[in-house]
Amino acid sequence: MSRRAHISQKIAFSLLFLSTVFVVIPVVAILVFIVKNGVGAISWEFLTSYPRAGMKQGGIFPAIVGTFYLVFGAIAVSLPIGVLAAIYLNEYAKDTLLTRTIKLAIVNLAGVPSVVYGLFGLGLFVVFLKFGTSIVAGSLTLAIMGLPVIITTSKEALSSVPKQFREVSLSLGATRWQTVRHVVLPNAISGILTGAILSIARAAGEAAPILFTVAAFYLPKLPRSVFDQAMALPYHLYIISTQIPNISKQTQYGTALVLVGLVFILNLVAIVIRSRFRKKKKW
Amino acid sequence: MKKITTEDLNLYYGSFHALKGIGMAIEERRITAIIGPSGCGKSTLVRIFNRINDLIEEVRITGKVLIDGRNIYEPDYDLVSLRKSVGMVFQRPNPFPLSIYDNVAFGPRIHRMAGEGDLPGLVEESLKAVNLWGDLKDKLKRSALNIPLEQQQRLCIARLIAVRPDVLLMDEPCSALDPVATLKIEELMTELKKRYTIVIVTHNMQQAARISDETGFMLLGELIEFDRTEKIFTAPSDKRTEEYITGRYG
Repeated sequence: MSRRAHISQKIAFSLLFLSTVFVVIPVVAILVFIVKNGVGAISWEFLTSYPRAGMKQGGIFPAIVGTFYLVFGAIAVSLPIGVLAAIYLNEYAKDTLLTRTIKLAIVNLAGVPSVVYGLFGLGLFVVFLKFGTSIVAGSLTLAIMGLPVIITTSKEALSSVPKQFREVSLSLGATRWQTVRHVVLPNAISGILTGAILSIARAAGEAAPILFTVAAFYLPKLPRSVFDQAMALPYHLYIISTQIPNISKQTQYGTALVLVGLVFILNLVAIVIRSRFRKKKKW
Repeated sequence: MKKITTEDLNLYYGSFHALKGIGMAIEERRITAIIGPSGCGKSTLVRIFNRINDLIEEVRITGKVLIDGRNIYEPDYDLVSLRKSVGMVFQRPNPFPLSIYDNVAFGPRIHRMAGEGDLPGLVEESLKAVNLWGDLKDKLKRSALNIPLEQQQRLCIARLIAVRPDVLLMDEPCSALDPVATLKIEELMTELKKRYTIVIVTHNMQQAARISDETGFMLLGELIEFDRTEKIFTAPSDKRTEEYITGRYG
């Protein structure tokens, strides 16, 4: 190798390395910052009691529970619909103007700002369908927001299953649906779960879509039905950071830490499930 | 007995004329080899016999393909039963990422051919038919991807036999195997022809000469010559066949 080529290679590698490090810095910085400022607030009481004294004391229990409800509601709706749509698009749909339009719509859906989803949810679920500001309305809004990610990643996962598996299955006389059900899906499941993980994280963390559709400023008790309002962590964090004067920094960062921790735990569960499936797959 | 007959069979990929007026008759319980240079359409031809070409968009087929006297391209022909009776072995061994047992049991389960109670018997019978039972009977729960390639290819044949087909289409079944493994698969094919009609696509002329009863030579989408194998390899009637088998092109 000539000296010149050697040097330019070194420069290229350094640039690539620096860019990679640059990506990691904010992640680490955010985590360190939140943990450092918030860990003092974390206590059993903080996690299990209601806010008191105008949010300045007490805990964030109802917001944690509300976020759980919203995330599970959103995933319960968007995962099946998203996966079924991805199966249709990847396995059945021919390349027509209609399917191309649908694919384009999905890509665009992913680019819609989350506050627009919030307004859309308000218009459709809260007002038009008369669900009121409720867990259903919030979950459905979050579900729609999560759909494009789930569809895109599921489609990716399905299309990465080798074509020959489909050919073998069909050549053994399996129908297309049997092929999807017994060959394609089991081999795509770990990729599909990746999509689910991503949209869980987003559903748990977004404040804008739940702003008009479900979130309550303060509730003295837990929601009793899906038509009740609920508190939620991201909205609660927004309130205590902007609406409550003289609240301790520790409470704010503590809330942020719980939100991050919750997303982490939800992701961890999905990752464990995924790695179980992944062990089986080798090709 | 003729098992498969084609009459003026043409296939187009979009505007590309890939098979041109193929007419041939394949004997029951014989091995028929299709030889020819790469891209001559030999794989495309065997892929017609179980209509696996249907998966490709923009394929158009004219003419007739009769199996047991019925045209498989008739609109009401039952694809599932066609593919059940005309099975396919592919170039690379392609077991599913499942256990050995589940691979063989895949077809019978799909077709509900046996209750779970009868399945072990069917799996055993299929593995015995490809001489794998002795080697694998204690490893049935293991992943099919961890056995040698040659055994994987046998396993794929066993998986096929488990759905009780009449015709086995083999698309260069030995191209991923070493010479010893190739010989073993060839021995197996000679055994299998007692019960099955076998059509094998191969680019290996020695292989065609060794195992087949009849041979078709294809070139640029045309079937140049179709005859008894000895005749093709000793006294071909077309000059192009002679040129190919003596290694002048391809």
